[in-house]
Amino acid sequence: MLITNLFFYIFSIITIASACMVIAGKNPVHSVLFLILCFFNAAGIFLILGAEFLALILIIVYVGAVAVLFLFVVMMLDVDFTRLRAGFLAYLPIGGLIGFIMFIELVLVLGTWNLDLNLPLSNGLTSDISNTRALGNIIYTEYIYFFQLSGLILLVAMIGAIVLTINHKQTAKRQNIFNQVTRDPKESVKNVNVKPGQGI
Amino acid sequence: MTDIFYTYLLPTAIIAGKSLFLIVLLLVSVAFLLLADRKIWAAVQMRKGPNVVGAFGLLQSFADLLKFVLKETIIPSGADKVVFLLAPLVTTVLAISAWVVIPFDNNLVLADINIGVLYILAISSLGVYGIIMGGWASNSKYPFLGALRSAAQMVSYEVSIGFVIITVVLLAGSLNLTDIVNSQSGDLGMLNWYCFGLFPMFVIFFISALAETNRPPFDLPEAESELVAGFMVEYSATPYLMFMLGEYVSIVLMCSFGSILFLGGWLAPFPFLDFIPGFIWFALKTCLLFFMFAMVKAIVPRYRYDQLMRLGWKVFLPLSLLMVVLTSSYLVLINHFSNNL
Repeated sequence: MLITNLFFYIFSIITIASACMVIAGKNPVHSVLFLILCFFNAAGIFLILGAEFLALILIIVYVGAVAVLFLFVVMMLDVDFTRLRAGFLAYLPIGGLIGFIMFIELVLVLGTWNLDLNLPLSNGLTSDISNTRALGNIIYTEYIYFFQLSGLILLVAMIGAIVLTINHKQTAKRQNIFNQVTRDPKESVKNVNVKPGQGI
Repeated sequence: MTDIFYTYLLPTAIIAGKSLFLIVLLLVSVAFLLLADRKIWAAVQMRKGPNVVGAFGLLQSFADLLKFVLKETIIPSGADKVVFLLAPLVTTVLAISAWVVIPFDNNLVLADINIGVLYILAISSLGVYGIIMGGWASNSKYPFLGALRSAAQMVSYEVSIGFVIITVVLLAGSLNLTDIVNSQSGDLGMLNWYCFGLFPMFVIFFISALAETNRPPFDLPEAESELVAGFMVEYSATPYLMFMLGEYVSIVLMCSFGSILFLGGWLAPFPFLDFIPGFIWFALKTCLLFFMFAMVKAIVPRYRYDQLMRLGWKVFLPLSLLMVVLTSSYLVLINHFSNNL
C-alpha cells in the first residue's frame, strides 16, 4: 500500500504541475508537450486504480492521436504572443466573470459531494475476469444503444469535418490510378523514325 | 527493516537486474542486426559491405558507436535546446520500453500483463513524438517538412495496424501476448499459425509495419533525395546515434511483434522439433522478418507521398475493416463465443 500511495502522489503532483504549465507556458508547443505529460500521469493514476484498459486507451487515443494533431496544428500556426497580450485588459472583466462562475460551481459541486470512503476501490482488482472483458460485457449489453449513438455522432462529426474542408479543384492535377494501371503500352507508346534536322 | 527489504527493495532490484539484462541483450543483437541489414543491402547490390573492422566486419557497429560517442554534439543556435535533446531520448526510451511485454519463450517475459497488445500499440503510437519534436525543435525547414510527413504517415498506418491486430485478437480471444501465441499451438504445427489463416492480414501488417517504422520504401520522413535527411538533418554525434538506435530497436520490435501475432512466437513449426528451445525459434522467426525488411529496403523504390497516403487510407483501411467484419462473422457462425461469455 505504501508504494501505491507514493506513486499516487507522484502521479498526481506531476499531473497538476504539468496542467499548470500548460496554461503558464509561453510557447504553445511546450504547452502541448506538457499536456501530453499530464495525460500520461492521468493514465498512471488509472493504472493504480486497476483500470489498465482505460489507461492504455487514454494513451492510444489522446496521446497517440489527438495530441499529435494538436501538436501538428500548433506547430503550423505562427502564434504572436505580443498581439495576443494586447487585448488582455479589455477582455479581463468578462473572462474574470466566467472564471469566477466556474470556480463557484466547482466549489459547490465539490462541497456537496458526499464522498463514501467505504466503497470498494475498483472491481478490476478483486474479480477474476479481466478489465477488458468486464467493460465489454457492460458496453455491448446494457449500454449498447448509447455506445452505438456515440459512434454515430462521431461519424457525423467526421463527415462534417471532411465536407467543410474538402476542396475539389478541377484544375488540380490528379493521378487516376485506374487509368494508369489499365494503360496499354502498345497504344500509348509509338516508335517514330525522326529524320535529322526535321523533327516530328 | 527486513520487512521493507523483502517486500519492496529485493523485488525492485530483481526487476531492475532483469531489465538491464534485457536491454544489454537487445542492444547487442541490434548492433549485429544493423550489420546484417547493411550486409544484405550490399549483397543485393553486389558490394561487399562493411568488412574491415573485425572478422567479416563483425565489429563495425561497435566502431560506429565509438565514433558517434566521441564526436562533438552540435546544437543549432536557433534550436529549442531542451526539446531538441529530448527528442532522441524519447525515441530510444520508448522503443526499448515496449520490449517488456514481449514473450521470448513460454513464461519468459518481463511483464506478463493482460493487455500486452494494447501496450505495444500505445508505445508504438508514441514513437511519432520523437520525430515531431526533433523536426520542430531543429528550427529548420527540411526537418520540419520531414516531421510533418512523418506525423501524417504514422498516424495513418496505425489505424490499419490496429485493425489487423483486432482480427488476431478476435481469433485468440485475449489481449495477452502469451495467450495469443498459445492459441496458435496445436497438432497441425505451423499450419495453426495465423499467417496462413489470415494471410492477407499478415501482408497488410508487414507493409504497415514498414510504414510505421519509417523503413524504405516508406522512409519519406528522411527521404534523402528530397529532404536531405528529413527530421535528422540537424542532429549529430550521440543524439543522432540515439535516433538510429531507437529506429532499429523499434524495427526489431515490429519484427518480433509480427512473429508473435502471425508466426506462432516461440512454437516449433513441426511437433517433432519441440526439443529445440522456444527462444531460438522466436529469434529465428524475428530474424526471418528482419531479413524481409532488409530485402524490401534493397529492392523496392521509394513511394511518392500521395501514393503512400492513398495506400494507407483507400486500400489498407477498407481491406482490414472488411477482414474484421468477416472474421467476427465467421467466429459467430461457428459459435466461438458461446462458451466464454
